[in-house]
Amino acid sequence: MAVKVIIPTPLQKLTKNQADVEANGSNIRELIDDLEKNFPGLKERICDETGKVRRFINIYVNEEDVRFLKQDRTPLKDGDEVSIIPAIAGGR
Amino acid sequence: MKLREDQIERYSRQIILPNVGGKGQEKLLNAKVLIIGAGGLGSPAALYLAASGIGTIGIVDSDKVELNNLQRQIIHSTEEVGRPKVESARDRINAINEDVKVITYNLRLTSENILDIIKDYDIVVDGSDNFPTRYLVNDACVLSKKPLSHGGIFRFDGQAVTIIPGESACYRCLFPEPPPPGLMPSCQEAGILGAVAGVIGVIQANEVLKFVLGIGELLTGRLLVFNALDSSFRKVKVPKDPKCPICGENPTVTRLIDYQEFCSLRKKEE
Repeated sequence: MAVKVIIPTPLQKLTKNQADVEANGSNIRELIDDLEKNFPGLKERICDETGKVRRFINIYVNEEDVRFLKQDRTPLKDGDEVSIIPAIAGGR
Repeated sequence: MKLREDQIERYSRQIILPNVGGKGQEKLLNAKVLIIGAGGLGSPAALYLAASGIGTIGIVDSDKVELNNLQRQIIHSTEEVGRPKVESARDRINAINEDVKVITYNLRLTSENILDIIKDYDIVVDGSDNFPTRYLVNDACVLSKKPLSHGGIFRFDGQAVTIIPGESACYRCLFPEPPPPGLMPSCQEAGILGAVAGVIGVIQANEVLKFVLGIGELLTGRLLVFNALDSSFRKVKVPKDPKCPICGENPTVTRLIDYQEFCSLRKKEE
């Protein structure tokens, strides 16, 4: 499954400054592993040591937060848009 | 409350709106809004809220105006450099609109003082610049059932969500815990395009106006994500999380937490 992944500004250093990238996977876990292959270092920013998505980062398939679907087993289909959205704190 | 002649003239362009009218204007004049941070988000929010005739605006900020603030913190001007931000903001608000009573809090929010400060307001606007304050504000608003407009900015990105405790998802439903120190750049080291702060701060002001007037649909249950580089606005769903650490079925956060400030740059300054 080829899907478009929207990369948040804080992680774009790892994607050679690309704001969105193509990646493959039949579910979120596979997608993250595929991203890591092409953009080493990305996985450890998104997931903790146990492989779980960090608690200040959310992953959305289209408009839906995967925490409320099947977490990293959430299936993907061609044409889905995946967004990685971290908490941001700036305000000043 | 009866509107004065000059008030009818001043607010005429919003009084003629079908959903506002004289009644709506009176609601605005009776409203009390607390703005946390007189910075990038708080500046545009405060200016629009003041101009629209919000009757009482509280402003919390412990900093003084610095030259490097002025690129985005549009409530302050060059001659105010060195003055407490809350005083500079108060004077600017009253120069725009004397109808607004401004209450200043020249302090840093902590678990000790926040509940007492927010209790008298109808809604809180979070324009702070660090995770500890953001989680403190969310938790305090949830515990005291106070509506909250959240806005965050980072470089070219902005986020906004409105929280009605008990009804809609809170910030911890969205992001259960703040990042540990060092994982996300959280403040001055990141940089920000001034207009991004303007976009998000004005969206927060708009949320407050809709809330006070009781019109339209609030940005609840959805996170608005703005990207300045492609001018995109996206919305993703934010359901109430039954496992939320503060507003879920078995809350683990039952009292306020003072998370440690972890922006290294900020620490050095203090």
